[in-house]
Amino acid sequence: MAVLSDQLLVVAILSYLVAMVCHAAEYAFGNRGRVARAAVRPARDAAPAARELAVVGARPVTDLPPSSSSASPAGARTRDWPQLAGRAAVLAMVVGALAHLGSLVTRGVAADRVPWGNMYEFVLSAAFVGSVAWLVVLARRPGLRHLGLFVALAQVVLLGVAGMVLVTPVVPLEPALNSYWLKVHVTAAVLASGTFLVGFVAAAMHLVRAGYEQGRRSFPYSLGPRVPGAEALERLSFRLHAFAFPIWTFAVIAGAIWAEAAWGRYWGWDPKETWAFISWVVYAGYLHARATPSVKRSTAAWIAVLGWATMMMNLFGVNLFISGLHSYAGVN
Amino acid sequence: MSTVETRPPVAAEAPPRPPGPGRRLLALGRNWWRQLTSMRTALVLLFLLAVAAVPGSVLPQRSVNIEQVNRYFVDHPDLAPVLDRLRAFDVFASPWFAAIYLLLFTSLVGCIVPRLRDHLRAMRQLPPDAPRRLDRLPQHAAAVQHDGAAVQTAERLRGLLRRHQGLGPGWRAVVRTHDDGTATVSAEKGYLKETGNLLFHVSLIGVLVGVAFGSWYGWHGNRLLVAGADTAFCNSLQQHHEYGLGARVGAGDLPRFCLELTDFRTTYLDSGQAEAYSAVASVSGPDTPARDAVEFSVNHPLRLPGANVYLLGHGYAPVLKYTDRYGQSQTAVVPFLVSDSMLTSEGVAAFPDANVDPATGQRDPLRQVAFQGLYLPTTPEDPTVGRSVFPAERNPGLLLWAYRGDLGMDAGIPTSVYRLNQGQLDAGRLTRVGDMKLLRVGGSMVLDDGTKVEFLGTRPYVNLSVRHDPAQPVVLGSVALLLAGLMLSLTGKRRRIWFRVSESTTPGSSMVEAGGLARTDHPGFAEEFRSIVGKA
Repeated sequence: MAVLSDQLLVVAILSYLVAMVCHAAEYAFGNRGRVARAAVRPARDAAPAARELAVVGARPVTDLPPSSSSASPAGARTRDWPQLAGRAAVLAMVVGALAHLGSLVTRGVAADRVPWGNMYEFVLSAAFVGSVAWLVVLARRPGLRHLGLFVALAQVVLLGVAGMVLVTPVVPLEPALNSYWLKVHVTAAVLASGTFLVGFVAAAMHLVRAGYEQGRRSFPYSLGPRVPGAEALERLSFRLHAFAFPIWTFAVIAGAIWAEAAWGRYWGWDPKETWAFISWVVYAGYLHARATPSVKRSTAAWIAVLGWATMMMNLFGVNLFISGLHSYAGVN
Repeated sequence: MSTVETRPPVAAEAPPRPPGPGRRLLALGRNWWRQLTSMRTALVLLFLLAVAAVPGSVLPQRSVNIEQVNRYFVDHPDLAPVLDRLRAFDVFASPWFAAIYLLLFTSLVGCIVPRLRDHLRAMRQLPPDAPRRLDRLPQHAAAVQHDGAAVQTAERLRGLLRRHQGLGPGWRAVVRTHDDGTATVSAEKGYLKETGNLLFHVSLIGVLVGVAFGSWYGWHGNRLLVAGADTAFCNSLQQHHEYGLGARVGAGDLPRFCLELTDFRTTYLDSGQAEAYSAVASVSGPDTPARDAVEFSVNHPLRLPGANVYLLGHGYAPVLKYTDRYGQSQTAVVPFLVSDSMLTSEGVAAFPDANVDPATGQRDPLRQVAFQGLYLPTTPEDPTVGRSVFPAERNPGLLLWAYRGDLGMDAGIPTSVYRLNQGQLDAGRLTRVGDMKLLRVGGSMVLDDGTKVEFLGTRPYVNLSVRHDPAQPVVLGSVALLLAGLMLSLTGKRRRIWFRVSESTTPGSSMVEAGGLARTDHPGFAEEFRSIVGKA
């Protein structure tokens, strides 16, 4: 089972990689892509139908009579393929998420316990929640598909780091972790982290898009035209954060209740507790900033990005560089 | 809160002064108060709180791990005292950290008190009458003909709104009739959002109060407890190896009970990882009912009246019997400090009162004896490696080094019980006798002066933390309310709907126009409005 789990992880990473490549293809060659815009430029004032064609095929517009342009078989075929790439990316994402789930389940079966007993398993679980949260968002807002590139990228990086650096053999839980609070506390932390991840992607893309709309054209802002509108992204980011924040609060509370039973005190400023507190305060600041009309939306988005940075610090920095009571990473 | 208290004196000082400066002072105070309670200040304070917590995780903290702090002082002799003056090793007890959160809570109180007042007023008031032009509202439905006279229709609509489907209470709705024969229905919903918001913030104060009371009335003591009736412990400060009392707790307030460790059970995986361990103890004492064979473990503390006993760690205590040159025997049970996950343990068995001439009763300070030991629960093939290969006692072995001389215990300077006095060793007042020897259980070693040490076996020991925090229920209740308030405030949506019902030209029927306004960000309101108007 443990071997199967590792193999399924490889399948998941490869699927996410395929999703990333397909998204990138759609991104680059889709009807809002760079090649398309280059083709449009000389024909900017042409009729919409002609522009539509130019957008797709990058063929000389004058070759075809305008009336038949959109109906031309060649035009239809070339117009479709970036779209198809986008759909294939979503399919690859779903396949990746299924393999990802399979990897988690087989790991849990192999260890005969919940599959989040160490850092490797925690990263896998949180990334899986991120995938599911993204697919839910996508099902409800198909127009956001372009964001999939960044979600797939985050998945490939997280799973790659997990598979190469954090991987540990399957072992049962340490006595300190052997409690039903592990299920409650860590499940909540995983759920909140995964949702914060997608919320962070939306906030970062909001900043890119908003910067682009203000006329910035340097690197990260040059991605702007390819992502959905700034307002939609901002609202998505807020809703994800508003969903995740109570779960994070609950995760911290459940952790405190567990700490009382295991270590004798509900709060002791252990490094992991301290960073959970920092993240909580930063995300509380985000929600307050978002609710205050005088605070710019981009400021709020920056706070959300900072919040994600504190989450990452807690996951990687505290687990790997600072010793404390939460030293369960199992990474040497 | 400090500012709440300091502001009245500012006002009180004003009368004796000429009215000008007094009023100016008052204005200044009011201005400061307004600044402090503004959202911008609250955000800055929140951010500061987060930043201030960072050194608490990066630098070692006394409250978390004092050994790491001491090591930091050794490693950074120049930097550490400077950091210490900034209270960087006690961040969470430092005045500057307290200043930030007290200012934040003052700002919070200043913010929620007026909002609480407004909210209570809004709860008592009826929703306001419909605006003259419903078509100017973000949501609007043009007049449609309905059966029934205007007032009856209005009452029917009010009933519909009050019996709201789904979770939560229905709409607060009121019918007003007007002189021109029209009737209006005003309805409002989503008061729970603000209720939740206020509940969340009030609960935060509850958490702070609970934490404060816990630190005043709570106490803890740590104790290493070796199995056996002769090593039982009773809960008093003298018997704790380390303790901390809250500001309002005296030594006499600790509940009186005694605890004897009767057994300690562990199971290990083949890899040496512990699978489970638990302690078995018998409890007695005036403040707790006597119980035999109570079992407690990590995650399952022993909960006694007024105190909880937590199992934090465990190890082995070798039992050594030393027979001195006069034939007198002494037995020592010495807890050894665990140094790795395979329970390789080290410690010192000291016999300061050995070799006292029974005839004279004179102690020869140069004939004190101590044994430095390394205990390996499972000894490897080559014991000189000095590391155990498994945490359970599969092949126990004790590596012993004998020392003789002045142990340096009479100086009154506290020294580690796990190590020999390095000063005495350096000064040559304590010297090694013979070579290291590996002892099996029951084995013995004879020193050059004919004295003998015997390894009788080991007893398990546990590290216990005995704690009490009477304010825990306050904190727990507060966080439960906090979570409930948070979810209400994040999911609730404040919105208003109005219907204007006017007499139709057709007798026995009326025209109904509707308008709606979402008072907070609510993307789904248009849909909800259409659904309600459709049902009307």
